[in-house]
Amino acid sequence: MLVNATLAHYSDWFYASAVVVYVLAMAFYLVEQGMTKTRRQRERELVAVGGGDPALADQVPGEPTEEPPARGRDRADRIGRMGMALNVLGVLLHAAAVLLRGLAVGRVPWGNMYEYDSAVCLVALVTWLVLVRKFDVRRLSAFVLLPVVVLLFLGGTMLYSTASPLQPALQSYWLVIHVSAAITATGLLLVAGVASLLYLARAGNERDPRRLARFASRLPAADVLDRLAYRVTVLAFPLFTFGVICGAIWAESAWGRFWGWDPKETCAFVAWVCYAAYLHARATAGWRGNRAAMVNVVAFAVMVFNLFFINLVTVGFHSYAGVA
Amino acid sequence: MIQGLLAFLRNAWRGLTTMRTALILLALLALGALPGALLPQRQLDKARVEKYITDHGWWGQLLDRLQFYDVYSSVWFSAVYFLLFVSLVGCLAPRTAEYLRQVRAKPVITPRNLSRLPHHDRATVDRDVDEVIAAARSALRGWRIAESTEDNGARTVSAERGYLRETGNLVFHFALLGLVVAFAIGKLYSYSGQVAVVATGTQFCNSGLLSYDSFTPGLRVDGTDLDPFCVRVNGFRASYLPTGEADTFDADMDYQSGGDLSTGTWRHYDLRVNEPLRTVGDRVYLIGHGYAPEFTVIFPDGQQRSSTVQWPPADPTTLLSAGTTTFDPPNTTDPAELRKHQLAITGLLAPTAVYDGTLLSSAFPAAFDPAVAVDVYRGDLGNNSGLSHSLLTIDQSMVDQGRLVKQARQNLKPGEEIKLDDGTRIRFDKVEQFVQLQISHDPTQVFVLVFAVLMLVGLAGSLTIKRRRLWIRAAPADAEAAGERTVVEVGGLARTDQAGYGEEFTKLATHLLAVTSADRRGT
Ligand code: HEM
Repeated sequence: MLVNATLAHYSDWFYASAVVVYVLAMAFYLVEQGMTKTRRQRERELVAVGGGDPALADQVPGEPTEEPPARGRDRADRIGRMGMALNVLGVLLHAAAVLLRGLAVGRVPWGNMYEYDSAVCLVALVTWLVLVRKFDVRRLSAFVLLPVVVLLFLGGTMLYSTASPLQPALQSYWLVIHVSAAITATGLLLVAGVASLLYLARAGNERDPRRLARFASRLPAADVLDRLAYRVTVLAFPLFTFGVICGAIWAESAWGRFWGWDPKETCAFVAWVCYAAYLHARATAGWRGNRAAMVNVVAFAVMVFNLFFINLVTVGFHSYAGVA
Repeated sequence: MIQGLLAFLRNAWRGLTTMRTALILLALLALGALPGALLPQRQLDKARVEKYITDHGWWGQLLDRLQFYDVYSSVWFSAVYFLLFVSLVGCLAPRTAEYLRQVRAKPVITPRNLSRLPHHDRATVDRDVDEVIAAARSALRGWRIAESTEDNGARTVSAERGYLRETGNLVFHFALLGLVVAFAIGKLYSYSGQVAVVATGTQFCNSGLLSYDSFTPGLRVDGTDLDPFCVRVNGFRASYLPTGEADTFDADMDYQSGGDLSTGTWRHYDLRVNEPLRTVGDRVYLIGHGYAPEFTVIFPDGQQRSSTVQWPPADPTTLLSAGTTTFDPPNTTDPAELRKHQLAITGLLAPTAVYDGTLLSSAFPAAFDPAVAVDVYRGDLGNNSGLSHSLLTIDQSMVDQGRLVKQARQNLKPGEEIKLDDGTRIRFDKVEQFVQLQISHDPTQVFVLVFAVLMLVGLAGSLTIKRRRLWIRAAPADAEAAGERTVVEVGGLARTDQAGYGEEFTKLATHLLAVTSADRRGT
């Protein structure tokens, strides 16, 4: 299979444009988030308007829309919507980059670490766009874009590999199934990880309003963030399990054993156990809330570790990173 | 004393089977597995472990004593694994009993005060009580329901749905248990072995440990009754991209197993990466390939011996290979005499030769222009075997003792030869290819797969299904105004920590209450 260099070139170009557009979108979102009132300001306004129990206002998931339509709010909203427009544009460019890469090499566009990393980021952002329609969390988009931009930057520089066909070990339909499951799960879990991190900031602030006062008090209520993280994880965990099982099936037909404690396998197992621990923590008195969120953050850290450290540093069967 | 012990055991059991203990054990399991990804493991690569230990002095040795290079068979990892197993059993037993009770139980009776529930709605409708209850019954198809009549004439329906959640959860945990057990049994009875086979019609038979180059048995495998089968490798093709990266590998093979062994029937199979041969109980994998030079020795008395043995790749990208081919002199039975005249040809093989001065290296993995650069030694090889066989290198200590002496050093192309001082001629004929095969046997892996799939199914049920309850109370209105005959109240409760019941509840409640829209006073 030959590589179409023109398409590969366009793919790279779209990739770079997507990163630039994401950075711009992030700037808009940050302005919107900065213009969102802190809790103290909101309470004052509510009192001034003469209504509402401030404690209650915090529990309404769609709280900002409950606010009196002030002029500042309008402007923030407009900026946020511009950020969203850019964000969608970025996702389209990004999707085009992934698609063109696939067309250029005539196979699924996730055969090395650069491609994998890019696809994970795409899944994370698409997930986020879907979530923004259901939860009122648009102004948090910058916090999802930040890790994505970092990952894309690392992908485009450190991990970059030119378009090339697959080595024989990867020529299998299991590549399509196993890796796409892993990519989707990882993308979803990235969003859940960010939500849990924000939860920790916000919950800390709710316990003691002086903690991270300027930052955390502008975030949505802790239980919204908690629910967000949980719902996404609940979706991602079976998918991740499915991905690991497919990996084992593939390993059986490629390497002669379905499980051999290869570093990548081990790390996936560790991450899986961490996510199981998160789900248990959510169901255990005294653990739900802060501790569960911490477990979720740790679990995602293990996923990132698995992607970078295991691929780049250790030696194992999974040395397909394609990083020169 | 005994009572104290019993109390201790009871407490220990209780402690072990709480959710918090399970959580901590899960965390320990994750933590315990991690070193296996970070430190070299004997099971994967013995040589790297030895190097790591020598490189890290006392620290390396301490880690060794603490079994950090055999994490998955270490005492501490097994302990966590075992405790988790016990905790799981202890947790599942009562849950299963509870589950069986619940499967037959009726939905709980309608609470007095439905407005206290998280979901609640209420309306007065223009229907009589029986009509409302009938409507509820049909709206709640698929729910488990129980009806009752209260003292004041009100009728209620209690409904519950989502029992499959707990079913899924139990299926998941039991399948997890099954998987762990199947995995452990597999470790006892599985084996795997590797062997290099020259692709010129050479046979390999799974007859015992000695037919393998390396063999890893499970604890209960002694190599005496392996599944009998034979393979014959007729040829091997590798194709490469212009960059030298491999594109496809393909071994042309015949095999016989089961009944074919007695009839002598051979069946054909194209062995490729990702497509193992699966035959009665065993799998055969293509895991590597390389070159085997053919050398012919013409002894001074005119006798000839040829040998083709694999020289394993030293550089995986150019397939520059290194190896040793040995010969025993013919017609020599006296061991002392034999030991003076053994021959070893050792050095490098390049499939596509390039030279830096006289230094041989390889430019491409395909055999476009093969050449070898060899040293020839004569003397005592330091092994007792009378067969010509492959060694990676010669025994250096024999060289140091002067019992094995270098006779020549030369680069050869196919057809070229070296002449030794005693008239022996050594000819490099050509290169053949060899394939590296792995034979694997694991009698429980199918069970592991079945349990894994059950886990997944259970998990999906457990995580997506909501356990929820709904109650309806229909009571005759106090003062019967026109079109307001029955007060209907609906209440709902999600029993599990799952958001998202709200929408379903609202839909149901609207349907149940919107019989007429009179006097709607919901919350
Ligand atoms: C290797 C060990 C274990 C793993 C991987 C595991 C995994 C899981 C998973 C993925 C869930 C689904 C979470 C959910 O429904 O929200 C779950 C639920 C549950 N597990 Fe485990 N589990 C393990 C051991 C245990 C043990 C030892 C116990 C008892 C002490 C236990 C008790 C429970 C309970 C009660 C639930 C239901 C929680 C709920 O409804 O949310 N598990 N487990």
